[in-house]
Amino acid sequence: MQEEIIISGFGGQGALFAGQLLAYAAMEQGFHVTWIPSYGPEMRGGKARCTVVVSDEEIGSPLVRRPSAAIVLNIPSMEAFEPAVKPGGMLVVNSSLVPQQSERDDIRVVYVPASDLATELGNVRLANVICLGALVKATGVVPLAAVEQALDNHLPERHRKLLGLNKEALQKGAELAGDG
Amino acid sequence: MAKELWEGNAAIAEAAIRAGVEAFFGYPITPQTEVLEHFSKRLPELGRVFLQAESEVASINMVYGAACAGARVMTSSSSPGVSLMQEGFSYIACSEVPAVVTNIMRGGPGLGNVQPAQGDYFQAVKSAGHGDFHMIVLAPANVQEAIDLMVLAFDLAEKYRTIVMFVADGSIGQMMEPAEMPPMRPVRPPEERPDWALTGAQGRKPNIITSLYLGAENMERVNLRLQAKLKEIAANEVRWKEYSTEDADLLLVAFGTVGRVCQTVVREAREKGLKVGLLRPITLWPFPSGRIAELAEQVRGVLVVEMNAGQMVEDVRLAVEGRRPVRFYGRMGGPIPLPDEILPEMEKLDAECR
Repeated sequence: MQEEIIISGFGGQGALFAGQLLAYAAMEQGFHVTWIPSYGPEMRGGKARCTVVVSDEEIGSPLVRRPSAAIVLNIPSMEAFEPAVKPGGMLVVNSSLVPQQSERDDIRVVYVPASDLATELGNVRLANVICLGALVKATGVVPLAAVEQALDNHLPERHRKLLGLNKEALQKGAELAGDG
Repeated sequence: MAKELWEGNAAIAEAAIRAGVEAFFGYPITPQTEVLEHFSKRLPELGRVFLQAESEVASINMVYGAACAGARVMTSSSSPGVSLMQEGFSYIACSEVPAVVTNIMRGGPGLGNVQPAQGDYFQAVKSAGHGDFHMIVLAPANVQEAIDLMVLAFDLAEKYRTIVMFVADGSIGQMMEPAEMPPMRPVRPPEERPDWALTGAQGRKPNIITSLYLGAENMERVNLRLQAKLKEIAANEVRWKEYSTEDADLLLVAFGTVGRVCQTVVREAREKGLKVGLLRPITLWPFPSGRIAELAEQVRGVLVVEMNAGQMVEDVRLAVEGRRPVRFYGRMGGPIPLPDEILPEMEKLDAECR
């Protein structure tokens, strides 16, 4: 088993943190995992993305050109990674910010109005976790409970008060992905 | 101890702390600033020394001074900062004091950028500074290896009283992987400083540490001693890792980040029926020339992949001595070569060597 997942958005949308949650969950499930970021020098507003590779054997390249799954949080990410997903792969689209539909018929696409749902939940910055919930549910790369555990263990101290909301966001995303 | 998810740069700093580093002197530069950051948080709380110097030139000379006093000491930087330190490297090498320097390489030449690169191979391996010397150069390919090699770096530096350079690129520095830290070694108490160290000379003859030898014969004697030591290091400390070389008839040679990328290439090439093996040098100096020469007898051709214009490939060619074709593929200034670019090069080599 090997899944290569790219999570991409603007700086500040939490693409990197969503990837770390997935990495923690995978590690605690006993998988080999790599998390590698790529970002511009800006703190906010620039592009931010990470690649997470989860495997049951030693990982060679931590970077991939064609991921088996991707989360795109904004339009530039959709343009960059919708064509890149491997045939048979999975794409999660933050449809609140990405109006266009995928034209591919060889991948599974889940549209999640994540930024709107996050705002309803009380904090627009939960969009990343909603999308992660959808991706985890749809791919089954790790159990959803493992990501909840990762939130318990690794949500930074300064965001601790948002733990409950993060878990709600995760569940919300999973529900929207249905049975994948 | 259980595995934790470690970011490469923080892991490098924490491993040095576990290895008993007493003092760190450095100056921030991307993409290694997290090394400095981790030290700045941890060393003061452990009662050890963290000092942000005014420049890289100052940092390396502080390292030199502390090393002369017998302290376990290191600095870290990235390419342009390392260039500024080179005078110090040469002084440290000649003075024969142990020191560890980390270079989290970035794109160059010049101020370049902050992307991952391996353009400093020549500098680390061939041209560490003026005069005749080599640094031991260690190149990890993943976070666990970075931790293990950082501990080894201090052991080798002290065993041979020499300068050890630890080279990685920004992608190892910033990636996260599960890894296990070694237990904390106690810091060496002052009374256990090495007997050559400058510790005040109370009740003993003074020690002299210098890199200035005005007489021709004196300087030659020092050089002969250094060369004998380098020969001993070359005989004892070569390290590398092999993947699927047992039955290989084509060989990949790559180090660091692109070394691990080539593990994927081996897997994919074998799925296509090419019997590819990989040798990944862990010590860039001393270089695993002997093993590469042996493998050259076994394989039809060699492909070297680097994140530069072709630097280590020269050492591979020296080892292969023209017995087999040695081809090169590289990217410069930031892009990491991926399996889908390397595999066609492997297929070309296969066709060429039929």
